[in-house]
Amino acid sequence: MEFWKRFSRHRGAVIGLVFLLLIVAIAVLTPMLFPSSPWRMVQRPFLPPFTMDRFPLGTDALGRDVLAGLAYGAQVSLIIGLISTAAALLIGIPIGLIAGYFGGLVDDVLMRFTEFFQTVPSFALAIVLVAIFQPSIVSIIAAIGIVSWPPVARLVRAEVLSLRSREYVEAAILSGQTNTTIILRQILPNTLSPIIVLASLMVATAILLESSLSFMGLGDPNLMSWGYMIGAARTVIRQAWWLSFFPGVAILLTVLALNLIGEGLNDALNPRLSRKGK
Amino acid sequence: MLKRLMPVAAALLLSTAAYAQKPGGRANVVIQPEPPGLMVGIIQNGPTQMVAGNIYEGLLRYDPQLKPLPQLAKSWTISDDGLTYTFKLQSGVKWHDGKPFSSADVVFSANVFLRETHARLRASLAYVDTITAPDAETVVFKLKQPFGPFIGIFEVGTMPMVPKHIYEGTDFKANPANNTPIGTGPFKFKEWVKGSHILLVKNTDYYEPGKPLLDEIYWHVIPDAAARSVAYETGKVDILPGGSIENFDVGRVSKLKNTCSTDKGWEFFGPHSWLWLNNRQGPTADKRFRQAVMHAMDRKFALDALWNGFGKVAGSPVSSSTKFFTDKVKAYDYDPAKAKALLKEMGYKGETVRLLPLPYGETWQRWAEAVKQNLIDVGIKVEMVSTDVAGWNQKVADWDYDMAFTYLYQYGDPALGVSRNYVSSNIAKGSPWNNVEGYSNPAVDDLFAKGAATAKADERQDAYTKVQQILTEDVPVAWLLELGFPTIHRCSIKNLVTTGIGVNDGFKDAWIEN
Repeated sequence: MEFWKRFSRHRGAVIGLVFLLLIVAIAVLTPMLFPSSPWRMVQRPFLPPFTMDRFPLGTDALGRDVLAGLAYGAQVSLIIGLISTAAALLIGIPIGLIAGYFGGLVDDVLMRFTEFFQTVPSFALAIVLVAIFQPSIVSIIAAIGIVSWPPVARLVRAEVLSLRSREYVEAAILSGQTNTTIILRQILPNTLSPIIVLASLMVATAILLESSLSFMGLGDPNLMSWGYMIGAARTVIRQAWWLSFFPGVAILLTVLALNLIGEGLNDALNPRLSRKGK
Repeated sequence: MLKRLMPVAAALLLSTAAYAQKPGGRANVVIQPEPPGLMVGIIQNGPTQMVAGNIYEGLLRYDPQLKPLPQLAKSWTISDDGLTYTFKLQSGVKWHDGKPFSSADVVFSANVFLRETHARLRASLAYVDTITAPDAETVVFKLKQPFGPFIGIFEVGTMPMVPKHIYEGTDFKANPANNTPIGTGPFKFKEWVKGSHILLVKNTDYYEPGKPLLDEIYWHVIPDAAARSVAYETGKVDILPGGSIENFDVGRVSKLKNTCSTDKGWEFFGPHSWLWLNNRQGPTADKRFRQAVMHAMDRKFALDALWNGFGKVAGSPVSSSTKFFTDKVKAYDYDPAKAKALLKEMGYKGETVRLLPLPYGETWQRWAEAVKQNLIDVGIKVEMVSTDVAGWNQKVADWDYDMAFTYLYQYGDPALGVSRNYVSSNIAKGSPWNNVEGYSNPAVDDLFAKGAATAKADERQDAYTKVQQILTEDVPVAWLLELGFPTIHRCSIKNLVTTGIGVNDGFKDAWIEN
């Protein structure tokens, strides 16, 4: 309750949360709202928006419903955003925990490994990975996960370093708990709040990355995604502005919502920090 | 004196009588992509032919019905047994460096140079026994056996004349003269600034009186499709040859003021598109499945929505602009119900088929999406596989596909550009252009052999009609469209496209109206 009070103090975060819930609702309800496939050619090509009630956002170069495309795109964006973030956390958190807790040589090796990934521009690496493994939803999720774990590892390591010398950790060591127990029971729960904040921002980044990949023609060719819609609309932008405009707005609002939520979570989970700020 | 002036005067009279043709001016043309070289005897890709067709010439040209017209040969005769082809050459023809052109150059080009460098021509020259030059203005080709399409292999892209005095005894591909091409054509090579432009200037010594009319041709290299449209709109270029802008832009650009477009000038090439269907395995091995695919596809929609209505729905393996086309074949209308019935009859159980789009840009990608949806609508489970050009080539050449988009040229004659995709002797891994679907039918092999081995038109028509009937029944591949690549230009540029190879045939007749 206390958490919700602090979160709702941040008005933008609440708006973001409402919008995100709306997107989630659309994504979940899409199969009911639009029972036929978004690839289906349903009307004449290049139908402008707001001319037919059945297709309020118009149709694309092949006469496919733009609104249905947006709804199915929401599914794809959310699935890719969530799963690839989960994948990045699964790689990043253990590496950060181990590096921070054990320190010394282990830390050195793991951090050099992390830096190796950090020095390569993440979008370039993602393009290469997807191109090598053929574009598909699995390869895209894997590529986004692989390029976005290093910040997680560094953040977790920094947290662990500051917790490592706390008295309750020393007490746990003295009481004979194993390293695994200490890491999982004592340290991990206390690093969670910055991880949650970071994760909400990572979902936003992952959605942007997927859109960029699809825009470049490296999306899963069997899935309708927002980035694909903009990429396909690029060549006809002068005849049909609505084809790139609506998916563009969808990406913008979703990413903005996730960022606002991230900020709200930050305020709610770090009460001392936020009070200092005000 | 009077006698010598007569032909000139007559020609002048003729040209002024026919049109008020005005000499002078420069044609600004888009060239896309930048050609790797201009020596058309060595490199035969599209952009090379387009520029080099002004510099080099063949013995003949072909009108849009593919009837031969004189070029470097002013007349020709074919013996009754179809074995001896005699060409009389134009007199007074000079190479761009001033040396005279003679029958020795023809013999050298066909017999020595192109046999070494030109794979497509080499296959046709296998039928040739001897090439001789009885005098300086006569060339005789003697064949080992009759070869139906032989009179169709003399245009500039297939058999360009190259100068013997420059190439004889040299390493053709490494000859530095390839960078400064010397031909007999209406325009001479002036300069090529890589990444920027190629400039050709009028050949003032050209042997046809009053030709060419233009002073210069300036080929602009503009790598981005959208930038090419803009270059036309701003007036930087006046001619957009087929394929230089995105299809989705064609409709908009061709409606601009003072803009004309034509899809003529591709009759010789007859670009024909289809889906390779793997006849060896999976559901595509069943004839009924392949027929269902034909009925499931809304090809008219693709023609209108993706190709701006330029081109035609393909009714047969032979393009309607290619010789010996027939429409007396089984027709496949858009009929999803029939497709479903065929699938039910064969007992299709929803096996997934992989669809490989042609990685040539947006139009082809959209087309694959439309076809995929058509197939899904009749209950076929389709998975789209995306690749780059190299990956496409490899997958098709290794037969690692179920359905794959492609399009190929037909070169005016079924024996040159159609049989290669259906005869069983052409089933061989490693090439994406042969019989990669793996269709094998002895009757079809026989008919194609029969059609090629005679010069008598009615016998050939008979064989090719039968073969088209068998193929449309068996559907070894799913034919899509006869593609139309419109040439877009300012209406003030006249006589731009006059023959069956269009802008590839040089601009010697083109002129600009003020």
